[in-house]
Amino acid sequence: MDIPYTIQPRPDTGVYNAKVGMWLFLASEVMLFGGLFSSYILLRVAAPANTWPHGWLSVPLGTVNTLLLALSAISTLLAWAACKARMFDRFKLFMGLTLVLATVFLGIKGYEYHDKLTHYEVTLKDGRIADGHLVAETATALQLKGRFVKDHAELLNGRGHAHEAVTIEKSRIQKIENYAPRHNTFMAIYFTMTGLHGLHVLGGMVVFAYLWGPGSRMWKTQPDRFTNRVEIAGLFWHFVDLVWIFLFPVLYLT
Amino acid sequence: MESAAHTLDRAHVHEDHHEGLGFLRSYVFSTDHKVIGLQYGFTALCFLLLGFTLMLMMRWQMAHPGEAIPLAGPLLAAVLGDVAAKGVMSPDLYNSFGAMHGTIMVFLAIVPLAVGAYGNYLVPLQIGANDMAFPKLNMMSYQFYLAGGIVMFVSFFIPGGAAQSGWTSYAPLATVVPTSGQTFWLIGMVFLITSSLLGSVNIITTIIQLRAPGLTWMRLPFFVWAQFTASFLLLLAFPPLEVAGILQLMDKVAHTSFFLPTGLAVGGNLANISGGGSPLLWQHLFWFLAHPEVYVLILPALGIVAEIIAVNTRKPLWGYRSMVYSALAIGFISFLVWAHHMYLTGMGTRIATFFQTTTMIISIPSVIILSSLLISLWGGSIRFNTPMLFALAFLPMFGIGGLTGLPLGMSLSDIHLHDTYYVIAHFHYVVAPGTIFALFAGIYFWFPKITGRRMSEYWGRVHFWGSLIFMNVVFMPMFAQGLAGMLRRMSDGGANYSQAKLEGVTGGLSPAIMSLNHYILWGAVGLGLAQIPFIINFFHSIRWGEKVESDNPWASTTLEWQTPTPPPHGNFLRPPQAYRGPYEYSVPGYDKDYVPQNQPPG
Repeated sequence: MDIPYTIQPRPDTGVYNAKVGMWLFLASEVMLFGGLFSSYILLRVAAPANTWPHGWLSVPLGTVNTLLLALSAISTLLAWAACKARMFDRFKLFMGLTLVLATVFLGIKGYEYHDKLTHYEVTLKDGRIADGHLVAETATALQLKGRFVKDHAELLNGRGHAHEAVTIEKSRIQKIENYAPRHNTFMAIYFTMTGLHGLHVLGGMVVFAYLWGPGSRMWKTQPDRFTNRVEIAGLFWHFVDLVWIFLFPVLYLT
Repeated sequence: MESAAHTLDRAHVHEDHHEGLGFLRSYVFSTDHKVIGLQYGFTALCFLLLGFTLMLMMRWQMAHPGEAIPLAGPLLAAVLGDVAAKGVMSPDLYNSFGAMHGTIMVFLAIVPLAVGAYGNYLVPLQIGANDMAFPKLNMMSYQFYLAGGIVMFVSFFIPGGAAQSGWTSYAPLATVVPTSGQTFWLIGMVFLITSSLLGSVNIITTIIQLRAPGLTWMRLPFFVWAQFTASFLLLLAFPPLEVAGILQLMDKVAHTSFFLPTGLAVGGNLANISGGGSPLLWQHLFWFLAHPEVYVLILPALGIVAEIIAVNTRKPLWGYRSMVYSALAIGFISFLVWAHHMYLTGMGTRIATFFQTTTMIISIPSVIILSSLLISLWGGSIRFNTPMLFALAFLPMFGIGGLTGLPLGMSLSDIHLHDTYYVIAHFHYVVAPGTIFALFAGIYFWFPKITGRRMSEYWGRVHFWGSLIFMNVVFMPMFAQGLAGMLRRMSDGGANYSQAKLEGVTGGLSPAIMSLNHYILWGAVGLGLAQIPFIINFFHSIRWGEKVESDNPWASTTLEWQTPTPPPHGNFLRPPQAYRGPYEYSVPGYDKDYVPQNQPPG
């Protein structure tokens, strides 16, 4: 029993089954990320005055990551074009390049996460706040690279301040909290949105790695079907790139 | 051609069906849309029974607050421990059962039955396809559904019990209840959403790509249109709930404050949270799903009823095209009405006016469909068999449900009625004697195609009249209770607000209103008893029912009846070709009163 139009397009609709399925899936994904972006807007607009931070994320790193994904979109397209032109070696090259770019993207994302999770806000018993990255910890003291501020609101602008060595005795600490999702609404939505996006990147990489590696055996027997697979995996990848194009300005630049 | 199509083609069944696959591949991990449809059907019917049983125990508690539940009480006490000590339902347990009754009925029973079972089994048959477009995804869709169901079911037995904050899981209440039930609920929902995503992608792709040659869009049976629209709603409305689920899961597990406002106090103490979140955001995301979900519940039911009415009136559906366009209009507009569930949140009058307007507008296509079905009866030679009885009862019952919804769509009257038993009565009339009657009708109607045997007409009628009467005994009094101001979700059935407890206070619930709880309890018991003939009839008829005499026992035109009985793997003996519309009954000039879609012209 063969299901029709798995490889060749249906004449009156002009598409093959998997392509329809992928577009429908992407429509659903638009609603998923649309819901997240709407939540971001509502949370930010409704946030109490003077609680929304700016400049907490590194624009250079975000820019590099944007460029990496943009380049990977091009290499994915070229990989598909190579399949269409029946040039298997070029497919391997460009698909491999996509995988490398995506890996670097996730590496940078991981570094950014690490940077946030080792960033501490320490409230002292005298009311001052020390804020910075944890450098070293001894039995009695913490060493941060950062600064002292008088109140919480000063922390909301993350740019253009000194990074000095700050040492704090543990006995003077009232409360210590790192920049994890629970820190505030911005960190929460940042980790959630980029985390969900990162899972999509990872999912796309798993599919690409399969097509690059064991799945490429299909090239010898059914090159048309294999080309279709590259095409719909590429559709998904372009969507993942597109989400980042929105995430970058929304989280990094505003 | 014609005689070949209508003699019984049972001989092909056994050689084609299994194709040498083992038991696991044939029945557990099957990729055949019919087996998956039946898996969905059986699982969903079990959950339907479970959801009903929960409600039966809750109705006892409401009529007799603080008294041990007969029969089930000792069992509850043994299994669940302190929350049901001595067989008495505690308020916490009542909350759990209430939340899970709604969740199970909507997400694990009705939608899987209406879309998972009926959509899977019938859509490929009605469009002349040999299977769904993505059989493996179809199998995974059922597996995800089963996993979600198991997670939900297991949550009853964890410490603290299942989720307690209603099927709506409003934040911040759902987040701050200090048990893990809500976390299980959220994880279960993520599974169910994944399942419905895979299912809806499959159904839509199948309808777009695998229609038989000649089966143009306006030749599709209305049932297929209904499934098409409902699948689009599942595809596009569920992701925002998934977002809501993810954010609430973050609140529960990672201690973020997406839905927790600044200054939230829990148990008299300031909660240790960052705050800054928005409880209203949850309601927006939730109802953005949950209103389209209402139409996911009702559209397949309308589709089933339309098929049965066309066959049993022996005439074409009246206004087929306007029904199709109405279904599509319902689909679009259902995304624009969600905030009519939120009039009491203090929204501005302009926003309320917008949502009142869209709500009134969406009732128009619903009324068009219902009117078309009603007018279809006019002048028909109606056959009153069991499926037709259920389909006919659907029309007024759904009508009551729909019309009583209008006062809830107006912000002025909604302010009085919100959160009362009036709301419960309204949406149960839509879903219980509405959608569930349509689903019953479908079971009686398609049973001969699936098994090759008929269900007993006599016991079908007993089931029908018992269900119809007791459904109304259960739900009609709730309108009166709601109008009198009785609130929903009270574990004592309103006793604390009765005149007996509030002596000298005007406005307490009168003894007459309180006594309705007893009628409802015995109505619910009667409703349960009325299902026994159905269950026995169902299983008895699988083995011992009267054998059907042809592949097309109802003399129907649509393609699913032009297959062997039951349809083998691959469905059709030869790929069908459609030549005509779906409801060519009593066409002048033919010797029979129906012309199948695959009968060539001439």
